[in-house]
Amino acid sequence: MNLEKVVFAFVILLAATLNFGFVYGGVENPAHHHIWELFAATTVNLVAVVLKFGDRTHIGAVQQAASLVALLQLLAAGFFWFFLAPKDATPGPDALSSIVSLAAGALVANGVSVVILIVDTSIQRR
Amino acid sequence: MQDVFLITIRRLRAPLILIILVFAFSTAGMALIPGADPQGHPWHMSIFQAFYFVTYTATTIGFGEIPYPFTDQQRLFSTLIIYLLVIGWAYLVGSILSLTQDRTFQQALVGARFRRAVASLSEPFYLVCGLGETGVTVVRMLDRLGFRFTAVDRDERRVQALELEQLSLDAPVLYADVRSPETLAMAGLLKPECKAVLALCSEDEANLGVSIAACLLRPGLPVIARADSPAMAASTSALGVYRVISPFREFGERVALAMRAPDTYRLLAWLTGAPGSHLPPSQPPRIPAAPGRWIVCGYGRYGREVGAAVQRAGFELAIIDPSGAEIPGLLCVKALGAGAPELREVGVEIACGLFTGSDDDTANLAVAIAARRLNPDIFIVMRQNLLSSEILFARFGADMTLAPPQIMATECLALLRTPLLAEFLDLVRAKDNLWAYALAESLRALVGDEAPLFWSFAIDDDEAPGLSDVLRRGKDAPAIGDFSRSAHAREDRAPCLAVLLVRGPETLELPGDEVGVRLGDRLLFAGRRAAKDNQSLMLSNANVAAYVLGDRRQAEGWIWRTFEKALAR
Repeated sequence: MNLEKVVFAFVILLAATLNFGFVYGGVENPAHHHIWELFAATTVNLVAVVLKFGDRTHIGAVQQAASLVALLQLLAAGFFWFFLAPKDATPGPDALSSIVSLAAGALVANGVSVVILIVDTSIQRR
Repeated sequence: MQDVFLITIRRLRAPLILIILVFAFSTAGMALIPGADPQGHPWHMSIFQAFYFVTYTATTIGFGEIPYPFTDQQRLFSTLIIYLLVIGWAYLVGSILSLTQDRTFQQALVGARFRRAVASLSEPFYLVCGLGETGVTVVRMLDRLGFRFTAVDRDERRVQALELEQLSLDAPVLYADVRSPETLAMAGLLKPECKAVLALCSEDEANLGVSIAACLLRPGLPVIARADSPAMAASTSALGVYRVISPFREFGERVALAMRAPDTYRLLAWLTGAPGSHLPPSQPPRIPAAPGRWIVCGYGRYGREVGAAVQRAGFELAIIDPSGAEIPGLLCVKALGAGAPELREVGVEIACGLFTGSDDDTANLAVAIAARRLNPDIFIVMRQNLLSSEILFARFGADMTLAPPQIMATECLALLRTPLLAEFLDLVRAKDNLWAYALAESLRALVGDEAPLFWSFAIDDDEAPGLSDVLRRGKDAPAIGDFSRSAHAREDRAPCLAVLLVRGPETLELPGDEVGVRLGDRLLFAGRRAAKDNQSLMLSNANVAAYVLGDRRQAEGWIWRTFEKALAR
């Protein structure tokens, strides 16, 4: 068992699951989307981007790209929250739907990342 | 540039992840710890406010407790995260600093800068491999003549030394192994602007490697290679490179030439000298005539060349060698040569010449000083190894001082400066004293003491569009003399001299003023820069050419000529 691979797979899966957890639920229902989940997803995605940096293989480059896309989408969602939410409160239905759809886009990218991870693992001989 | 980025990211991965985790933990904690607003109501920081606080705390900016004064719980947590943040931040900054000190990183940076500099070279340039004494001399002369170049050497200190040189143009210099073709490609070998490759390393194998790479990657590109051993010279020549130069052979040939025809030697030294070098005003070195005895001190590769030259000239030879070389039939002494006893043993008092040829400048000077004291009339030929010893050798004032790097450099430059010059110099080498003296004096009368500039051109549409236009219109063929006429007042003469005329397979040296010139001829001129500028005006502009050739009516534009033709009808 390679600890580095464990950490890598862990971070990528965690990024996808947290992202999914934030997106899951009614798109305009504030009770289904918590700011802390968005925060956690963004943080873990940031770590994933840094972890993948400097990998020169083709598959590594695609992983990197997927992570960057996810991070960009999540950061955009975070900015929407910051600018559209009234002070100390959850955003209204309009704002929330934009935030959740941005995060859903990130979820697609994270999904691609997970698929690549699985493909990469399964083509290994041992 | 990609290398630099990748290295940076790889090295900084650990500190960056640590910073992200510490920031996330601190931000989350600050947003969760309950605070109080001024009225005492419970209050929580937003995530953004927490992140703002963490950011200015981590970087030790410390704006204070914003927006409201903290509660004790908040202060307790702040105390904890300050330690975490400062450690994480210090780790990141430390990693960045150590990265900039890292050799791999610095090399990647230097390599990227070099690549950019080479890529932006849009003028013709030369690729110089090896920056030893020879390479540096060549590079200095190239710079003074206004040629661009790129240079590569394996030794980092030499590269740094060149960067400190006062060159008029910034040249890309790289510290890398010249033997790798990748290095040569980086230095611009594959660029069409690369006009020649000079392999001047002190190791023959490296020069051979460079020559092979250049011959395979850029067939037909002129390569000038230095080869110390005859075997290596032969294998380098077999590649079909432009010219192979052996420092020892060149050295021996100079000494032999100085012995045979001092004026020719003086003329050559003047013509091939660095720009701005002056014609030696005094008499050329007059080596005493045979018979007599020569002492060669230091019988290495240079000593052998010189020994052979003096023996060919009919002198008797005696040898002082520290390693104890024994040549049958010659008087050989094993000694350093700087002591009076050994110098007396080889007969310094009756000897007519002395050559000091060791690879140590101090030893050479010591021998020469001792010999001069014992025999003030002895003719001394010295080998100068380092350019930095120049001042000592100049002060001592030997009859002849030869610096191998200088010789190599002038050879290379003669080949590169302008086409036809190498042919002309080969021709001069074969000439006798009288011819050389006459040429030196007539050139001196024309251009002064300073070494003349050489330029060459072919009379065709590319290099002389104006003149060939006039010739094609059916003007009488111009004579050589017309080329030195001033473009402003045709009775005036510009200071230049035609030294070589090449017409097909024929070569005519020093063509007289009355010799006619035809389309397709190639000419080599020597003179001052003003004369060259004046001449290029005539070569490129048909009206100027027509004026200089003395036809006033043709010295007009196309419209006026057409108009005149119509009038004549």
